[in-house]
Amino acid sequence: MTSPLEQKKIRITGPSMVTANRTWDGVVIYRTSKQGWSADLSDAAIVRTSDEARALLTESIADDVGAIGAYIAPVEVRDGGAIKPGNLREHIRSEGVTIDLPVPA
Amino acid sequence: MYAYDELDRTIINERVEEFRDQVKRRLSGELTEDEFKMLRLQNGVYLQLHAYMFRVAIPYGTLSSKQLRALAHVARRYDRGYGHFTTRQNIQFNWIKLAELPDALADLAEVGIHAMQTSGNNTRNVTSDQWAGVAPGEVEDPRIWSELLRQYTTLHPEFSFLPRKFKFAITASDHDRAAIKVHDIGLRLYKNEAGETGFEVLVGGGLGRTPFIGKTIKPFVHGHDLLSYVEAILRVYNQYGRRDNIYKARIKILVHELGIEKFAREVEEEWLQMRDSALAIDDSVIEDIRSRFTYPAYEKLPHMPDELKKAAHDPHFEAWRKNSVAPHKVPGYAIVTLSLKPVGGPPGDATADQMDAIADLADKYSFGEIRVGHEQNLALPHVARRDLPVLWKALDKIGVATPNVNLVSDIIACPGLDYCSLANARSIPIAQELTRRFANHETANMIGRLHINISGCINACGHHHVGHIGILGVEKNGEEFYQITIGGRADEKAEVGTLIGPAVPYGEVADVIEDIVEAYLALRARPDELFIDTVKRLGVEPFKERVYATR
Amino acid sequence: MPLVKGGKIIADPLIHVADDAEIPGEGAILISAARFLGDAEALSQRAGKTGVIWPNNRDVDDLVPYLGRLAAVALVFPTFRDGRAYSQARLLRERHGFKGELRAIGQVLRDQFVFMLRAGFDAFEVKKESDAEAFAATVKRYSVFYQPTGDGRITALHRRMQLRHSESAGQ
Repeated sequence: MTSPLEQKKIRITGPSMVTANRTWDGVVIYRTSKQGWSADLSDAAIVRTSDEARALLTESIADDVGAIGAYIAPVEVRDGGAIKPGNLREHIRSEGVTIDLPVPA
Repeated sequence: MYAYDELDRTIINERVEEFRDQVKRRLSGELTEDEFKMLRLQNGVYLQLHAYMFRVAIPYGTLSSKQLRALAHVARRYDRGYGHFTTRQNIQFNWIKLAELPDALADLAEVGIHAMQTSGNNTRNVTSDQWAGVAPGEVEDPRIWSELLRQYTTLHPEFSFLPRKFKFAITASDHDRAAIKVHDIGLRLYKNEAGETGFEVLVGGGLGRTPFIGKTIKPFVHGHDLLSYVEAILRVYNQYGRRDNIYKARIKILVHELGIEKFAREVEEEWLQMRDSALAIDDSVIEDIRSRFTYPAYEKLPHMPDELKKAAHDPHFEAWRKNSVAPHKVPGYAIVTLSLKPVGGPPGDATADQMDAIADLADKYSFGEIRVGHEQNLALPHVARRDLPVLWKALDKIGVATPNVNLVSDIIACPGLDYCSLANARSIPIAQELTRRFANHETANMIGRLHINISGCINACGHHHVGHIGILGVEKNGEEFYQITIGGRADEKAEVGTLIGPAVPYGEVADVIEDIVEAYLALRARPDELFIDTVKRLGVEPFKERVYATR
Repeated sequence: MPLVKGGKIIADPLIHVADDAEIPGEGAILISAARFLGDAEALSQRAGKTGVIWPNNRDVDDLVPYLGRLAAVALVFPTFRDGRAYSQARLLRERHGFKGELRAIGQVLRDQFVFMLRAGFDAFEVKKESDAEAFAATVKRYSVFYQPTGDGRITALHRRMQLRHSESAGQ
């Protein structure tokens, strides 16, 4: 299996984080700065250089049992430090679908 | 419908146990994701944006009421209470947990439902049209052959690791409701001059990045030779399909690169060496499969029963009847389409409660049978016309009687960026807004038959290429934009649509569609000239001018 | 990498000989197709057993003239997802009647054992020790098969026909 790091250059254009899905249940998770995962975006480790991003991704991918599909995604860091999703896709992953789910009786 | 016997059930159960073992080894780390991914795909398990998605097979779109209740059970027990019917007659659940999947599969196995090969680089669900077996004028029930193909392709040891996915569709009617021309293998069932049953075989149709309309590889393959001929095609594809580039790996690319004549020669050469092998189909085999399809004991019923005469005074009932009820090959019966496209709703979804209610209605009014169409609607295929009024009331109560079948608000849409990790843009909110814009039934009827298809990315799961109006979501600078095409069609006159202009932003799509419809109303030669025919007659230019005049 | 044959792990009777190494006059060997075809006549008549590794992107037709004199053909799964060797195996077994050892090499994993057996493989260079040990149990996963291959197993279709006939015969 070729490392994703060899497949493409990692270049980030702003503050970023690593996100994946939890293997056993598919829940969206974010890589923390403590070599772990959290389902809460506010726990995500923020990287600001391509080297940092690459390192965080490498470490994340190594956890093949706990997480699948890890990738680097943009975040927005507000004044005061609050972390928000950096694009629509990450917004949907963290907040849920943008439509109303059918409501079972 | 086909009655699974012990042999069929054994395969399903053995498959469930195998997958249970595979999941266990994945969660323990014995299998890496790289080793597991293809295995889970072969059981219909995708990773999507928020969760796993589980795609369950509904072979040739036929369900018993018991099976539909089992789907409702899965939605409730393992998911969030609803499911989504797809453009390939399958159902998808969006919130499933991998660890619980073996149990969900085991529950489904009890009623003969499985998820084998609903994803992965193998042969997928063999689809047919939702009126198979009951449509007037059908040559014979194509589902018999779909079932034969289903068995042949299930866990085929040679073809489980093809260069890419492989999809079959079969039609037995002049009007192709199964879209066979945009499948990897399309089969048109007919009888030749000698009265023998056989197939026109088309190959290399498909949508996605490079849409192609299928080409006829052989005008008549005798029913006896169907499996050997299919095996020849698959073998040529397995060996020569490209494996270096996933965007060039479908059979349509191989057919395009070799040319249909050369491809046909390769297949013929292979086929001649094995046509009289164990794959030759005996009449007795066909009859055995046919005998396992149960058909209702239809009564002798009048075409115009009293119940129907009385109900004709109700304009709402009449609006629904004229829209959603189609003729049946048996006098006194009808095919009823259940619209899963309510105004403001996500197209193709049904709640577990709706599924249970529909199952009950199927028991009461349709000999326990339900159909799933690739338009993402359901159908009750055996309804006595005298039951139409009482059925309508019940369907209306559960919200599946919107009289918009085949009209502008009967939209086909993929899940899009709300669910799917492949998507560039959302599709469901676009569909919802369009149903609101065209909610007025008089208006929709005045517009007439109009198929809008929406895909959230170029993979085209919404079949936008073959929509009368096609909408394709793309991404521009982080924003959602949509390319609009017109003039596509998926039936026996299949054609890929033409772009009408530059992509438009999310907020303008509904306006653009309204403009296109207005242009059509102004340009059509007569009120009964369909949108698709006006486009054919006039081309794209007049629409382009009007739509982009102020943009 | 353990070799599984006859349902259990065995010592490999064939020696892989690299392209630049000398080929022994006797003894059982496994060599690349390029090497073999470079001197096919002589090599197919050597004293010991000869096996050839055939690439998965080349027609087996070129090997067919020598099949009668080969002890083994090894077919390649560069990744387990590349299924070309399944077609090659069936052609060698069913069309060309190859009776020697048909060996699966490359990324050979547990979950493909049943498919491989059905396609005609009878020897497996298994990637993981644990998979090799589980071989015998794994191949019992399925007892019903829909489609005919050269493995001689009766298909579900025909089993049904048999049951039907025996039912009606018994009436």
